[in-house]
Amino acid sequence: MRGRLWRLAVFLFVVGFVLNLAGVVGHVLVSSLARRWFATPLPGALTTEWYAYAWREFQLDQVLGVTLTVAATVTAAALVLGFPAAYLLARHDFRGKGPLLLLFFLPLLVPQMTYGIPLATTLYRYRIGGTVAGVIVANLVPMLPLAIFVLLPFVEQISVSLEWAARVHGATRLGVVRRVIVPLALPGLLTAGLLVLVNTVANFELTFLLSGAGSQTLVVALYYAVFAAGMRPIYSVDAMAVIYMAVVLAVLVLALRLVRPTQMVFRLDRRD
Amino acid sequence: MRVVSLLAPSVAYLLVMFVFPFAYGVLLSLRPKGGGVSLANYVAFFLDPWQARTIWVTASIAVPNTLLTVLLALIVAYAMRGGIWLERTITTMLVLPIALGTVLVAEGINGFYGPKGWLNQALLSLGLAEPTRLTHNYTGVMLALFVQHFPFCFLMLLGYISGIDPALEASARVLGAGPWAVFRRVMWPLIAPGVAIAGALVFVMNFGVFPSAVLVGQPAGATRTIAIAAYQEAFEHYDMSMASAIAVVMGVCQLAGLAVILFLRRRMAGTGVATMGAGKR
Repeated sequence: MRGRLWRLAVFLFVVGFVLNLAGVVGHVLVSSLARRWFATPLPGALTTEWYAYAWREFQLDQVLGVTLTVAATVTAAALVLGFPAAYLLARHDFRGKGPLLLLFFLPLLVPQMTYGIPLATTLYRYRIGGTVAGVIVANLVPMLPLAIFVLLPFVEQISVSLEWAARVHGATRLGVVRRVIVPLALPGLLTAGLLVLVNTVANFELTFLLSGAGSQTLVVALYYAVFAAGMRPIYSVDAMAVIYMAVVLAVLVLALRLVRPTQMVFRLDRRD
Repeated sequence: MRVVSLLAPSVAYLLVMFVFPFAYGVLLSLRPKGGGVSLANYVAFFLDPWQARTIWVTASIAVPNTLLTVLLALIVAYAMRGGIWLERTITTMLVLPIALGTVLVAEGINGFYGPKGWLNQALLSLGLAEPTRLTHNYTGVMLALFVQHFPFCFLMLLGYISGIDPALEASARVLGAGPWAVFRRVMWPLIAPGVAIAGALVFVMNFGVFPSAVLVGQPAGATRTIAIAAYQEAFEHYDMSMASAIAVVMGVCQLAGLAVILFLRRRMAGTGVATMGAGKR
């Protein structure tokens, strides 16, 4: 009996949390479509004009261009730099591996606000701050370790004997990489790439600290729009929020299509 | 030789872009605007009540929020350990806020929990309450952080709890342990390390809160957190030296929080009963 009540309480909490989420997302969605909405359950008249308004007023074509440039560049750089490192960490043990792993872990553990301010100080000093390049360089700091740690287990799964076999059959070292390792690690590269992509699009703090006019990504532009609420109709801010949501969800759906989330949560067989 | 060439690019990158700025920031914080090398920035920070209280403000948000998040995530993850109805759907729904990010969640909370939002409308129509102010204050920030970090903490703990061999629980049951005894004497000692890690991560994220504190909070007063103070020094007063000093203070506070959690974890490990020596007499 007590157990039943307990489970019911947990279930109600989860339902409550999900309803709260639906409310949070739903409010933004409905508000973006409202002509005017004031203290009624639903707005009287609907319109899509706020999307056109937001697109124009917030210069979303330019912002989206920056967002995609940053996300694509960071993803490519994280994979190109991270893959050799992941390969080596998966294959070899060497002195100093522990401290090295710590170096890779720290940018993921330390909150971005804490190291973002010194990083921004440094980059502004060298005049990289405030540019698209600055945003890319800063975002790569947490994304490179992320790529390495996602790639690591995938590389570990590739049997070393395959590499040896290829070498015995006369493949050059480059040939082994190009024709054996990379094809076999493709699922890992895809997973890491998509995770880095989603994270870069949604990453706020570092982008916020490093971007100036003309180098804002969608989240940062959205932040400024929400921050300056009252400057423009709230419906247009919400329309922008919906556009942001659509971009993130598109990447996420793509990611979930290609990546099985069960790879991340490991569950033992139930034997009872 | 090969080792060096494969690792060199990423190590070099992190040294230049992570370690160097960090060191540079610490040095810069010791060179106040007035010139010379001194602790003047730190002294000024702690002597100015308006600045020093940000530590208290941040802690009064971060500590209760971490406790609440970890406790509720633990309860839900523990209840879901055997698999439940619609588990996949529920898990996906819970992951959504992680993907959407702080800014969007903040904007949604401002609307949904706002004075004219659905929640207040529902409460009013039920005659339950006066319209209460839930946004642009302390409550708003707590809500935003909870919505943001609960899923993260839940997923970590679910992964952790799912990794525990169900046979342990089954054996305890067979031997006559009730649900509470199973939790307290079998599961908890195994879960505790995971709870400590999850708690540490949530605390560190909570302590660095910035966008939620500005957008759903009261950045000029009740929720002026330490990250806001650092940001204002850097980008409103252009005093990078002072900003670096505040960032250092923030980092030290986060480390202190981690130390407390690790200390508690060690204390709790001492009370663990049925784990390692289970086979021995």
